[in-house]
Amino acid sequence: MSKTITISPVTRIEGHAKITIQLDSKGDVADVRFHVDEFRGFEKFAEGRLLWEMPGITSRICGICPASHLVTSAKAGDHILAVEIPETAEKLRRLLTLAQWLQSHALSFFHLSSPDFLLGFDSEPGSRNVFGVIAANKELARRGIRLRKFGQEIIEILGGRRIHTPWTVPGGVRDPLKPEKRDYILSWIPEAKETVMIALETIKSVHKKYQKEIPEFGNFRSLFVGLVTPDGGLEYYDGVIRIMDGTGNLIADKINPREYFEYFGEAVEPWSYLKFPYYKPLDYPQGMYRVGPLARVNICDYIETPLAEAERKEFKKLGGRVGVVNNSFYYHYARCIEMLFAVERIEQLLNDPAILSDHIRAQAAINRLEGIGCAEAPRGILFHHYRVNKDGVIQRANLIIATAQNNLAMNRTVHQIAAAFIDGKKGKIPEGVLNRIEAGIRCYDPCLSCSTHAIGSMPLRVTLFDADGILLDEVVR
Amino acid sequence: MGVVTFTMDDVQYSANEGDTILKVARDNGVHIPTLCFLEGLSPVGACRLCLVEIEGSPKLFPACTTKPAEGMIVRTQTERLKKYRKMIVELLASEGNHQCAVCVVNGHCELQDLAYEVGLDHVRFPYLYPAKTLDASHKEFVIDRNRCVLCTRCVRVCHEVEGAHVWDIANRGINCEIIADMNTPWGESDLCTSCGKCVRVCPVGALLEKGATVGELKKERGFVKVIVTARSKHEWITVEDHEEE
Repeated sequence: MSKTITISPVTRIEGHAKITIQLDSKGDVADVRFHVDEFRGFEKFAEGRLLWEMPGITSRICGICPASHLVTSAKAGDHILAVEIPETAEKLRRLLTLAQWLQSHALSFFHLSSPDFLLGFDSEPGSRNVFGVIAANKELARRGIRLRKFGQEIIEILGGRRIHTPWTVPGGVRDPLKPEKRDYILSWIPEAKETVMIALETIKSVHKKYQKEIPEFGNFRSLFVGLVTPDGGLEYYDGVIRIMDGTGNLIADKINPREYFEYFGEAVEPWSYLKFPYYKPLDYPQGMYRVGPLARVNICDYIETPLAEAERKEFKKLGGRVGVVNNSFYYHYARCIEMLFAVERIEQLLNDPAILSDHIRAQAAINRLEGIGCAEAPRGILFHHYRVNKDGVIQRANLIIATAQNNLAMNRTVHQIAAAFIDGKKGKIPEGVLNRIEAGIRCYDPCLSCSTHAIGSMPLRVTLFDADGILLDEVVR
Repeated sequence: MGVVTFTMDDVQYSANEGDTILKVARDNGVHIPTLCFLEGLSPVGACRLCLVEIEGSPKLFPACTTKPAEGMIVRTQTERLKKYRKMIVELLASEGNHQCAVCVVNGHCELQDLAYEVGLDHVRFPYLYPAKTLDASHKEFVIDRNRCVLCTRCVRVCHEVEGAHVWDIANRGINCEIIADMNTPWGESDLCTSCGKCVRVCPVGALLEKGATVGELKKERGFVKVIVTARSKHEWITVEDHEEE
């Protein structure tokens, strides 16, 4: 008799999801599904709204990474206005994007994932959270919270508020950066750098501690997709799309992000509101690809800041001869490298006198009826694609979110972990295994409210079904 | 000119004949909430927010159109009035599509200010989510009927001040809406001089400047510095130009 195990809700992720594990008649894991059961419909209700309102509207998709939606939406707007935004506006948008990376990565690493690393996968679930971390290592928790605050403060300084600022607009940004505010942000840099270095040390010690778990944490070859600078460096705001396979071959390179639809399709499954984007030439579901920190650090040839570049070289060694890290557990490591890059790059941007100019906004009317914006959100590459009428009213909107692009890989990861740690003959999932599955999801730092453009900050559920569809076990937290 | 003496909130006031209760209140620093009223335009008593109680009458009277009579006793802040004012704002909120968070006038909106003033923390009536239209055909301005509260300030300013009479109200009851030139797209209006007065007097984000982003539009409702003469469209003479001459 086969069984299905359901984990629901999945905790310490951004959004609401559940996992079902289907066992075959021998009690082995037959199928595992990561279901996202939220729906919101942003693409639909954006229709009929004005282009200029879109950054403000789409930033409401998410409270974690509103700045990424804001920037990407404004870029789609730039495309429709057919303007080149002022140099300072681009630098300020870059600053905002990096601040967004930093605060989101800090949240993922310190608040959501560090309880697993520091307290262990089998530790008491009641204290396996950020409060447990505070109890175990107060200084690390404090530093993590302050690092996130640093990112949030930059966003607040630029946009006037920490979340849902409407500061980035088609044509540029709304307000310039004042010199005293620049100096204030710069005063944070030493502490931020130190904290990221501690995070890097922490994650490296975790790599040694969890040698049994790591090989099963989403260790498979897939494509990696992300933006790189035209000469192959790590990119976050502009650039070209690079697609690399799990052995380091460049499948496609220098793709204009505005041609994304030639390369990526979106499949739909009846059991999840989260779509399944795939690389069109390989078809669905073989066209599985991963985006986000792991992909970005894998695909780039170099990182322009020195400390992050040194870490990248060390990271590459994990990939062996081909230099491609295929194990999703190393998302955390890549995330820390990106935090380091963000801090270094923020410092560089702020030391550029051009960041203070007040020429920050280009004005134009509707000059194109279709526009595509693309940037790297913390969780991966993000696309906003709008069609407008000649008056600037949205006729159609398509948003492809980073977490959705990791959907196939997340399902694969959950399957791998379940198969390794679940003994279906017992018909139950021990607590530590449950958390390993969740931790597998957490590698991707999925933001489900973004990816389904859906509301909610609710955690996950796991159910166990037998081959006849009879519910055997259900775990709800 | 005759003078009448009356009592408002237990204080005696003298009013010139022809003054409204609202004018006397404003002249003397007594706050009565308003929405459709705008100084310089004829009052219509449409929004009912300025309702006051007059002793001896069970009816409530709009302060913007009611003139005080000798010996009249007026109350502007009773519990009954507060209850009705709050209800009016709730009804306005429920019958339009007012999404402050993503509105161009967020933080600078008279309806939002009123909601704060009457202590609106939730709406007891079901939201109607009406399917309203947005007309962005004008080169510079947009009318978003989702946010319209039908105060008719735009209708009045266009007719009484600009003299163009572009705006009218179509339909009846809940289906009322503001239309341009007997229901043509605003951009095709023959009458519109593009002076922008309607946008400036609109208390909410229903009339807006094209290109305004969320929370960015601040309306200047003071003295209008742009006048339009018999010259062709967009040939404005500003007060500053006039002073230079």
